[in-house]
Amino acid sequence: MQLESMYQEIILDHYKNPHRRGLRDPFDGESFQVNPTCGDEVTLRVKLDGDTVTDVSYEGQGCSISQASTSVLTDLVVGHTLSEANTTMEAFVELMQGRGQVEPDEDVLDDGIAFAGVAKYPARVKCALLGWMAFKDAVAKVDQGVGTS
Amino acid sequence: MTTTAAPLDVETIRKDFPILGRTVRDGRRLVYLDSGATSQRPRQVLDAERSFLETSNAAVHRGAHQLAEEATDAYEHARERIGEFVGVSAGELVFTKNATEGINLVAYSMGNAATAGPESARFAIREGDEIVVTEMEHHANLVPWQQLCQRTGAKLRWFGVTEDGRLDLSDLDKLVNERTRVVAVSHQSNVLGTVNPPEPIVRRAREVGALTLLDACQSVPHSPVNFAELGVDFAVFSGHKMLGPSGIGVLYGRRDLLESMPPFLTGGSMIEQVFMEYSTFAPPPQRFEAGVPMTSQAVGLGAAVDYLSVVGTDRIAEHEHALTDAAIRGLGEISGVRVVGPTEVESRGGAVSFVLDGVHPHDASQVLDSLGVAVRVGHHCAWPLHRRFGVPATVRASLYLYNDLSDITALLDGVREAKRFFGVG
Repeated sequence: MQLESMYQEIILDHYKNPHRRGLRDPFDGESFQVNPTCGDEVTLRVKLDGDTVTDVSYEGQGCSISQASTSVLTDLVVGHTLSEANTTMEAFVELMQGRGQVEPDEDVLDDGIAFAGVAKYPARVKCALLGWMAFKDAVAKVDQGVGTS
Repeated sequence: MTTTAAPLDVETIRKDFPILGRTVRDGRRLVYLDSGATSQRPRQVLDAERSFLETSNAAVHRGAHQLAEEATDAYEHARERIGEFVGVSAGELVFTKNATEGINLVAYSMGNAATAGPESARFAIREGDEIVVTEMEHHANLVPWQQLCQRTGAKLRWFGVTEDGRLDLSDLDKLVNERTRVVAVSHQSNVLGTVNPPEPIVRRAREVGALTLLDACQSVPHSPVNFAELGVDFAVFSGHKMLGPSGIGVLYGRRDLLESMPPFLTGGSMIEQVFMEYSTFAPPPQRFEAGVPMTSQAVGLGAAVDYLSVVGTDRIAEHEHALTDAAIRGLGEISGVRVVGPTEVESRGGAVSFVLDGVHPHDASQVLDSLGVAVRVGHHCAWPLHRRFGVPATVRASLYLYNDLSDITALLDGVREAKRFFGVG
């Protein structure tokens, strides 16, 4: 059935038990993103130690796809360098924009491969990318000194 | 409500809508509950457009050849039938791209009035003036007025919405006062389904000399509406929500107002005389229809009002009333469902929006979609209204003449399935 191809167990698990949820201080960059078609929103903060992402914290409201995707994001980038995080993000964006034609690399995306089914539903791709856009923007804002640390 | 008309023969009506015969998502019967966003079109409308294009297509109001004559006749004849449908004369109807453009047309014309001639003085908006809207407006009847206020220094004010989804008119006399220039109100909320009473608002607006604009996008397709009887100054509605084509909307303006209102879009067709230094403008409605207008769409909308007239908008309203009652009662029996909008069906149309505890509207609609049930999800272009009710989004089922009780059953089954799938309750 199609529903299960979109709502993989991994996604439902992250939705029901999100990782690293909540906003924490200190942080180095923060971003607020909203999906204007559905009103979903996320505020996301990044904490860096040199070039390494040491924490990602977030708060927001949204569907299971956007919430689970943000939870998975934190697993994939925390403890990694910005360069590694960027590579992962590019792979995830490519997967989501692939209309179901892109074969995901589990070594790079880990739990993120569960979103392959979502890519077949164009209306939901934005949901899956909401947190990632916030991460990208928050990192860009680190240089502008908007953080508290 | 007293039942006076014979019930609709939905089975026969559905045969006129080819799209309702298709299946979706692995062979599921299509249950179309998104007519508030756009309605489906009967063969009669599709045939009228095609027939026009195959026999009489030409640019209207220019050219003297036979096709140009026939096309202009078809275009103007459509205007007459649409005028009759809403109780006004053809000369008071302006064709626009959509209802949104119709509202922008009025807002921009009013903005242009400050620099137009003395005959337009009554439309001018200045600092200290006030424009009144409601908290339940579609963005189309909110943002253009916000922008007009920003350009002119006028102040935007609004009626609130009560907890049960009704317009709060308790401070009508205070909100609409001698500073008010425009009162722009939805006739029927696209989210709540609430039908607002134009009468007290029109009465008060007249007392203080303010103009009224009625957003009738959700009322004209579903019930008998007569703009002349309502006494509004302006009104808008859109073709694609009433079995007609997209790409056409209608602005009604009382004749004396259209005659003194400055133009918005300028260019070909809307002129009287053009010199290198200046131009004079055609009488309405042509003054507000710059460029070659949409033609097959007008013909299609003419066919749509013919179709609705034959079926009878009074019968459509009663039909939707019964289905709305069934939907609201059915949803009320499912624990964790909250209807956002009146749960009394009196003065209420067939848009039923709701939230489901523990299941985000986006996820609920995905489950419904997998069962073939097409609903709208999100804020439905009424973000402030959703904020008012403390929800980021809702699921909206919206009804029309081709829906029946089996569609309501499919909706209710789908909501129960969404609860099961996400392990709620």
